[in-house]
Amino acid sequence: MSTAIEAAVETTPRPPGGGRARRPVRRQSLLEVLLPTGFMVLAALYFLLPLWWLVVASSRERTGSSGTGLWFDGPFRLFRNISDVLAHNDGIFVRWLANSFAYATFGALVGTLFASMAGYALAKYVFPGREAVFNIILAGVLVPATALALPLFLLASLVDATDSMWAVLLPSTVSPFGVYLCRIYAAAAVPDELLEAARLDGASEFRAFFTVSIRLMAPALVTVFLFQFVVVWNNFLLPLVMLQDNRLYPVTLGLATWNSQVTRVADIQLYVIVGALLSILPLVIAFLALQRFWRTGLSEGAVK
Amino acid sequence: MSRSIWRHGLGALAASGVLLGSAACSGGSGGDSDPDATAGACEPAKDGEKVTLTFTSWVPGMQETVDLWNSQNPDIQVDYKEVVGGNDGTYQSYSNQIKAGKTPDIGMVEFDNLPTFRLQDGLANVGSCEPVVEAKDEYVDWAISQTSFGEQDAVYGIPMDIGPMALYYRKDLFDKAGIPVPATWDEYYEAAKKIKAEGARIGDFPTDQPAWFTAMAWQNGASWFSNDGDTWQVSLTDDKTQQVADYWQKLIDEDLVNTTPGLSDVQWQALNTGEEWSIIGAAWTTKLLESSAPDTAGKWAVAPMPQWEAGGNAAGNWGGSTAVVFKDSEHPYEAAQFATWAFGDMEALTLNNKNGGQYPATVEGQESLPALTEGLPFYGDQEVWGVFAEASAGVDPSFQWGPTMTQTYSDLADGIGRAVNGDGTLSDALQTAQEKTVESMKAQSLTVAE
Repeated sequence: MSTAIEAAVETTPRPPGGGRARRPVRRQSLLEVLLPTGFMVLAALYFLLPLWWLVVASSRERTGSSGTGLWFDGPFRLFRNISDVLAHNDGIFVRWLANSFAYATFGALVGTLFASMAGYALAKYVFPGREAVFNIILAGVLVPATALALPLFLLASLVDATDSMWAVLLPSTVSPFGVYLCRIYAAAAVPDELLEAARLDGASEFRAFFTVSIRLMAPALVTVFLFQFVVVWNNFLLPLVMLQDNRLYPVTLGLATWNSQVTRVADIQLYVIVGALLSILPLVIAFLALQRFWRTGLSEGAVK
Repeated sequence: MSRSIWRHGLGALAASGVLLGSAACSGGSGGDSDPDATAGACEPAKDGEKVTLTFTSWVPGMQETVDLWNSQNPDIQVDYKEVVGGNDGTYQSYSNQIKAGKTPDIGMVEFDNLPTFRLQDGLANVGSCEPVVEAKDEYVDWAISQTSFGEQDAVYGIPMDIGPMALYYRKDLFDKAGIPVPATWDEYYEAAKKIKAEGARIGDFPTDQPAWFTAMAWQNGASWFSNDGDTWQVSLTDDKTQQVADYWQKLIDEDLVNTTPGLSDVQWQALNTGEEWSIIGAAWTTKLLESSAPDTAGKWAVAPMPQWEAGGNAAGNWGGSTAVVFKDSEHPYEAAQFATWAFGDMEALTLNNKNGGQYPATVEGQESLPALTEGLPFYGDQEVWGVFAEASAGVDPSFQWGPTMTQTYSDLADGIGRAVNGDGTLSDALQTAQEKTVESMKAQSLTVAE
């Protein structure tokens, strides 16, 4: 195994612009292939099984009474169930999905912009207190969202912003992890010479950032965007604390309201399951589509 | 039984919330009145003034009840918002809103969590509000008395619904096996043995429902919490509770009951396939069972809970909630007017029962709600609601909830979960919950007797 690791280290991608080294050709023993592959297959099964269960359970006529197994039994009703869920309560579920999409897209876009600007500034400008600022932001990664929910709620209620979209949107644009990643990446990917050249050509600092630097930082930005998108999409606590109007709920909170009714209306249990399936689809699509960038971006940040 | 204990607790909470103090003060929406005014006067709004109330709950279909009110009361409009279940997050939200002074006018709080919010000084005493004074006698006495905390004429919540309990059983299977319906817990044990011999189980001991276990102890006359004005007594391990714990421990040890999560897919499936022959449930379980075990329609019947003493009529109560008026509400009179209507008026109760499966907390509602006087085909046309009305009359009115029920429940559930897996006993679970409860009450600077 040790030679395999060395080989992997040798072939670590260089910074953007540099070409990839060719992987040395080496014969691998059967065991060396089977063992890791077998492990990965098991791990994949372990993670996919709940997803598969979700698909099967969403296709049933009713939960509970018709079995809890991992294969389809009885009529296949997935699409019928989906249309039932979308129509329940005057289509409130569609609204929740749209809200989630709005919160996550806005939070991820603006959050990425802020993080890239902050990370870039911290990487490329030397000013007194730079490390102090960076360390404070880094400390923000360690503060759990749970601890911030109540102070955020009290702040929002000071300006009468609770129970409004802004109460969820504004805190969603902050990503300390994104700033960290952008700084690391900008330090490595944006050469000082290039900035010098841009300045000599008369570009303002803003122009240099938006036309030159931001393009070089693109892989990191995709990573930050996806990361923030997932965080906001899955956020439950912040909307729970801020919102009372269920027309403003994201899909996480909406499903939770349905789930608290299952002890009174049994049919809702099926809606919760089908709704959960629908609510992860956008994330699955986003991952499959942007997977390439996600992977490169993460490893770039990790290696430097 | 005086008010001092609550003042004491309030001071402790205020002390622990120093950081939030400034926000809480400036955020108050009390308006022109001084803080003490809400406790005494409860006046209607001036003539011609339009009042808008906000109301949050997680009762399915409550919007329809609110719409009916809004169409009949143009001057008092209610803005309804559906939120997540109390223990799923809304209680936490209420606590935050109380701190910020941004509560809705009316909220939903289950009976077992009322003391928590009383301790936070978040609730308005609507006992002197005219609509409440008029409607008070209509409620089942043990339900309304739970909202007073022993204070004279105090009402801190309008009962919305209650959950008196009974035994749902498969009449066809019991008859076929020649097993009499158990009237006492001894007979229940005997029946359980016979049913096991038939290759099935009499029922389930729900591993994740501490409120269910509490109801079992309540039926036996357990007294978990009491206070004498200055000091709380906590006795989760009193003789009555111990008896209940030992009983179920015996059934678990002899494998006479299943130990799966209650009201879960697993339990419904066991009931639907005849693997389990009965369930000890509340009034609101009626519709749930009907929709969750559809293959067994017509084969069920409902009998009173088995008794600890032959010939008794004691019943437990599982669940139930109140509509509270929060202290910051500017219109406690109208809020009380709406709440007493929404959970007292026959038309409203009919809607609540139809949409939300609520079993009314008023005597009149229980006796003459049209939906509650007919036989149900799922239960072999039995008039099951009469059983629950009787059960409601047999609920011990002296049972009191503690001020940290969320924690008590969570520790109890942990212990029960361990006990059914052979790690300790139910008795150990109670002992641990007792210690943790005392600890957590002391952490809130409440005086607790050892």
